[in-house]
Amino acid sequence: MEKPANRARLVKAPEHFISQELIADINANGLDETRRGFLRKGFMSAVGGAAAGLAAPLAFAAGEGDPAILEKQEWQTTLGKNVATMPYGVPSIYESNLIRRESPGLTRVSAASVAFTPLQGLFGTITPNGLHFERHHQGWYNLNPETHRLMVNGMVKNARVFTMNDLMRLPSVSRTHFIECGANTGLEWGNVAVPTVQYTHGMLSCCEFTGVPLKVLLDECGADLKKGKFLLAEGGDGSGMTRTINLESCLDDTIVAWSMNGEMLRPENGFPLRLVVPGVQGVSWVKWLRRLEVGDMPWNAKDEAVHYIELMPDGIHRQYASIQECKSVITTPSGGQQLLDKGFYNVSGMAWSGRGKIRRVDVSFDGGNNWRQARLETPILTKSITRFNIDWVWDGSPAILQSRAVDDTGYIQPAIKTLRNVRGTRSIYHNNAIQSWKLDSNGEVSNVQVG
Amino acid sequence: MYKLGKSIARLGLLSAGLLAANFAYAQSTQGSAKFPGVGRNATPAEVAAWDIDVRPDFKGLPKGSGSVDQGQTIWEAKCASCHGIFGESNEIFTPITGGTTKDDVKTGRVASLADMKQPQRTTLMKVPTVSTLWDYIYRAMPWNAPRSLTPDETYALVAFILSIGEVVPDDFVLSNTNIAEVQAKMPNRNGMTRKHGFWNVKDKPDVNGSSCMNNCVPFVQIGSTLPDFARDAHGNIAEQNRLYGPYRGADTTKPPISKLPGASGEGLAHAKDTHANAPKGAAALFKNENCSACHAPNAKLVGPSIADISAKYKDQSGALDKLMAKVKNGGSGVWGSIPMPPQSQLSDADRKTLVEWVLSGGK
Repeated sequence: MEKPANRARLVKAPEHFISQELIADINANGLDETRRGFLRKGFMSAVGGAAAGLAAPLAFAAGEGDPAILEKQEWQTTLGKNVATMPYGVPSIYESNLIRRESPGLTRVSAASVAFTPLQGLFGTITPNGLHFERHHQGWYNLNPETHRLMVNGMVKNARVFTMNDLMRLPSVSRTHFIECGANTGLEWGNVAVPTVQYTHGMLSCCEFTGVPLKVLLDECGADLKKGKFLLAEGGDGSGMTRTINLESCLDDTIVAWSMNGEMLRPENGFPLRLVVPGVQGVSWVKWLRRLEVGDMPWNAKDEAVHYIELMPDGIHRQYASIQECKSVITTPSGGQQLLDKGFYNVSGMAWSGRGKIRRVDVSFDGGNNWRQARLETPILTKSITRFNIDWVWDGSPAILQSRAVDDTGYIQPAIKTLRNVRGTRSIYHNNAIQSWKLDSNGEVSNVQVG
Repeated sequence: MYKLGKSIARLGLLSAGLLAANFAYAQSTQGSAKFPGVGRNATPAEVAAWDIDVRPDFKGLPKGSGSVDQGQTIWEAKCASCHGIFGESNEIFTPITGGTTKDDVKTGRVASLADMKQPQRTTLMKVPTVSTLWDYIYRAMPWNAPRSLTPDETYALVAFILSIGEVVPDDFVLSNTNIAEVQAKMPNRNGMTRKHGFWNVKDKPDVNGSSCMNNCVPFVQIGSTLPDFARDAHGNIAEQNRLYGPYRGADTTKPPISKLPGASGEGLAHAKDTHANAPKGAAALFKNENCSACHAPNAKLVGPSIADISAKYKDQSGALDKLMAKVKNGGSGVWGSIPMPPQSQLSDADRKTLVEWVLSGGK
């Protein structure tokens, strides 16, 4: 019979092999031979040495079994909390590490900054509302929905005003779409710059949005969609965020949305109203939406003329680059993470395309030399995140993990080198390159670029 | 007669009331045959209040004018604290001016966008349309008091910015009647293209990947890795991951495992490598005392980076005492116009720890 120790392994994370007491002792008294010996021994037991692979399981002291099984736990033997103790629940206290985070030094003013979604800890395809990435241009407010208005004007028969009461009476749709900032992964155009997938790819979220289709509103106001090929969406914040929407491309699936994952939008995501423009970079999903103007030419607003433009090697900027191309990334394992042991792992990640559905994802464990097809989780929705999984047995040797997505237009996610050959290194936006994670024999995963 | 007359008058009032009610209903439902009772028509005053956008063809631009001189006065009062006296400041936002030449005004292409000699891409280097400057300043500036500028003030500010960029002369008066002539001089007016594959879903992409499955590359070359100094620039990654499950975060307050004893034979960890775990280590102090709000390891934030400070005072005699005093009493003028506030809450010991740590480059 197999010993309990082999069935319920308690593995000490290698980074925790030095106790706080020992650290304090070394800090106070320095390293002498006794401590060196202790350190060496402790390290060997924690990581098992580079050659031997990783952590050996801790033996149970008495050899009888796992205390988590043999001993009664507090939650089995005492009275738990009442229902609705937390009327609008919060995650477990054991989940407090997975939060939105700013990248230090990325922006100088936090009111015009970014907080990244912790993709390394998410499952499936839906981003929890409290973790949806934030990007503000002039700070966020909790807008009063009673006084919020949406005006539709410009090339329409009747310029009209809608309250939230009005809008929420209209026929609504609920659709799941990803939203990705045009600058997502932009920090990595030149070189590896940040450690984890939260900072490389965390300006990405995916939610079920509910609202009224844009087309319904425009028809209601008698929009001239023959001459009016463009729409200006304007936000109600201090930056008065304005973006030109290309109606030819986006009219069929754009939503004027008030809900995200079954609840009202969160204030930092545009409460009470935002535009949802599937497949198009996040800046066009105007938050705190208060005005839609139909027009016959693009507006060249500040964020269409100074930012969200791509500098090509010849000094020309690409303007109105809207579509987010097919892209994928492995989230577990990913940069900054640590594999505890050799053996079986489910390697998983996300794939998405602004042009349609994900058709296939390939994964490489040797830096792109050989590829295997991953399993796609259903549902596979258009302009939405698709989760992929692949089995892997890690033998303890170094590896470079990559994923490569293909969408239903046949487009294949390119290598960073292929992208740079065309667009140079100063573009910032629309970096959809294959991401590489290097796994060292000690189990540590780091961010690298191949080629 | 009297009574009858009054009744008729009443009847008249009633009808007028009914008519008005009918009219109001008609107006509110106008254009909404499909969804009666939902929404109402906007009044002209409402549209005027909100429809303030200005397009490249100047549709929406209000009448008005402002001179470079007037612009300079407003600029120095309301804009310079963030953007610098000449719009050149990089302390809060990227610079507005710089990097353009008189030649660019002729060609409509900013040459420094191609030669990479300019360290920053400024607003004037990029913006192709003068309407954009006008629209954004009027809509969203100043940063902490948007929509507080009049049209004339906005004209003046645009004129001032353009004069710094040598697009218009110093005595220029910008107005709705001459703004189109200014557009013809915008330095990067010919610097934008929409010929790319990202405007429409049906457009053709400019790049495509490979579908190769086996033996795809002759050798795998790692071109770039995270620099060592950036290992803990984002804090302790262990604290940004689950503490259970197969994938944990690496403790980046410690050296990489490959640098620890037994992993590669490189030798033992030194006390200084683990000092960040001490309850009052310098790095913790630096964070807890909010120094990191203004100073980053390698990038300039509000104040200079640790690396820059360390480089500046390297091998300077008396640097320790000098900086100790500066941290205690505050300082200004060495690294830019933003002063360093005094940090009198720190004990002498903590102050020394911090300054020594900064001087060592945060090691």
